[in-house]
Amino acid sequence: MSPETERTGEAPRSLFDKVWEAHQVRDETVETPGLLYIDLHLVHEVTSPQAFSVLDERGLGVRRPDRTLATIDHATPTLDFAPGETPPYATKAAQSQVERLQDNAKKHGITLHGWGSGHRGVVHVIGPELGATQPGMTIVCGDSHTATHGAFGGLAFGIGTTEVGHVLASQCLLQRKPKSMRVTVDGEIATGISAKDIILAIIAELGVDGGTGCVIEYAGSAIEALDMEGRMTVCNMSIEAGARAGMIAPDETTFDWLKGREHCPQGAEWDAAVAHWATLRSDPGARFDQEVMIDAASIRPMVTWGTAPDTGIAVNTPIPTPRTASQKKALAYMGLEAGKPVAGARVDQVFIGSCTNSRITDLREAAAIMSGRRVADGIRALIVPGSVAVRAQAEAEGLDRIFIEAGAEWRQPGCSMCIAMNGDRGEPGQLVVSTSNRNFEGRQGPGVRTILASPATTAAAAIAGHVIEPAELMEPAHA
Amino acid sequence: MPDPAPKTQDDVRQIDSRTFVIDQEDIDTDQIIPARFLTTTTRDGLGRLAFHDWRYDGDGRPLDAVSLNSLDTAACRVLVAGRNFGCGSSREHAPWALHDFGFRAVISSEFADIFRSNSARNGLLPIVAPEAAHHWLLANPGISIRIDLASQHVDLGNGPSFDFEIEPFAKHCLMEGTDPLGFLMSHADAIDAYEADIA
Repeated sequence: MSPETERTGEAPRSLFDKVWEAHQVRDETVETPGLLYIDLHLVHEVTSPQAFSVLDERGLGVRRPDRTLATIDHATPTLDFAPGETPPYATKAAQSQVERLQDNAKKHGITLHGWGSGHRGVVHVIGPELGATQPGMTIVCGDSHTATHGAFGGLAFGIGTTEVGHVLASQCLLQRKPKSMRVTVDGEIATGISAKDIILAIIAELGVDGGTGCVIEYAGSAIEALDMEGRMTVCNMSIEAGARAGMIAPDETTFDWLKGREHCPQGAEWDAAVAHWATLRSDPGARFDQEVMIDAASIRPMVTWGTAPDTGIAVNTPIPTPRTASQKKALAYMGLEAGKPVAGARVDQVFIGSCTNSRITDLREAAAIMSGRRVADGIRALIVPGSVAVRAQAEAEGLDRIFIEAGAEWRQPGCSMCIAMNGDRGEPGQLVVSTSNRNFEGRQGPGVRTILASPATTAAAAIAGHVIEPAELMEPAHA
Repeated sequence: MPDPAPKTQDDVRQIDSRTFVIDQEDIDTDQIIPARFLTTTTRDGLGRLAFHDWRYDGDGRPLDAVSLNSLDTAACRVLVAGRNFGCGSSREHAPWALHDFGFRAVISSEFADIFRSNSARNGLLPIVAPEAAHHWLLANPGISIRIDLASQHVDLGNGPSFDFEIEPFAKHCLMEGTDPLGFLMSHADAIDAYEADIA
């Protein structure tokens, strides 16, 4: 077990300090960064091929294939196909990228949850689902939404492809210690408000670069009250405030969620692990470079009005008058009007999915709104579960029938329209309400306009045909 | 063994160049290179895709009005952009594309973390300018400047010249052609010892 529990009589440390210090192979100096040991390296098809090529060029192997876990998610189609058939890839390039990962995984002895695996899915959904993501771990992936895994009390962050090569070869990263920030969300969340609304409110408060250079710890009664899926949604979008990592201290909610999962310890080892994990919380008096307080009770269902994720406002709140050239440009791109709320904006598509909101609780939240109702005429609703296991669970609960009977498309798992590189995308000019994490210009296809929202608000937009408060549809359709 | 660093290091130790200005804040990596082009399995030839959706119409024809399409990239190797450049995804394709397009430095008042570390590893200097110099650079597009890595100084001629910060090891790698992966691998004994300790 890691040495961090042994220390006493020293300065109070934050959760981040504890995890960081337990993973120092070599301390940083003025001249050189330290070596940070990585417990779990998640790999997907898009950001890994060039890293494996560097290993090949240098005759290096993968140091710890047992600490490396791969899946295919970004470039993979979400359309059905018959067993034995070639998946209906959008392009030849997408197919060859997936095949390259299959080859690399085989060559280096890395477990790949590929086609046919019961745990294929979005990399940030399957890590926790398998119990590979555990408290106190350092976790990296060539993907900026790796912060998701910090919901379990680990330090998890996205890296570039050069660094993917570094971790494959050495299981370490060259790192200097980032600054720290604590975001405390205290108070009671109103009924019908979800984790997505909380994180959109936090990002609106911090701004898109408010967390730059920082690791954020989310704390407070409203965070503690969230289930694990909600905590993952919160940590997931840390990068949208510029922070590479977000973390939440593990507690009984965390341990209950993990117990019995495939990669988790069992029996006496489980008890020992929990005893250690329970020490992973910020000591009273731990210092943070920055502290931010958010009042949970004030958070309403949120939507974004611009082309940056910090433009979240309550659905019925008037869009602010743009102050900068960037904001003016964003408002013009979105075709929205200052002084009017986003509510009422006519929608062309909705997307429910992504590493932010594709877990079972997200699908239940959407299904509660769509049950017994129909998607408005002319609107395409794409529902993409986060993994094969989430899809199976949803089908066992009958959620698929609710979506299909409402007129939505029930797809195979993948990143899909969040990043729009697999063929799932909007058309130029279309307005998409999306449970994903980025509303950048063209993110969901060239010229596509994206409004970020919770699963409930997104489902409500599909039914109404325009943006509305989900509360307006929260009464059952046929009571 | 081949090392990707040496072929570009000479380019950035001293850069004499005109600037190209994009006066826009929060330029994200989806603007720098749209995600649908990330299905490549190499890092080469991405310059044609840099700022793709700004430079081409829906049918892939270059837009004449976009000055990036007629830029003399041999003479113009420094990009000046608004605050928070490179926010969004971790894709290293962003610095690969900017480098292949011809840029060797980006000057802004702030960079997103992952873009900043990815850039320095790929022969693209991310230079944070003080507010006054940044405003001056945005207001004076196309001027000739000199970036000197050794002294960490940017000479703006008649403008407010400034010193910049760079992480010492990143600077060392760029100056000397040192390879970070080789540096990491040289610590195999320490990694072995750490692994023995946690086992």
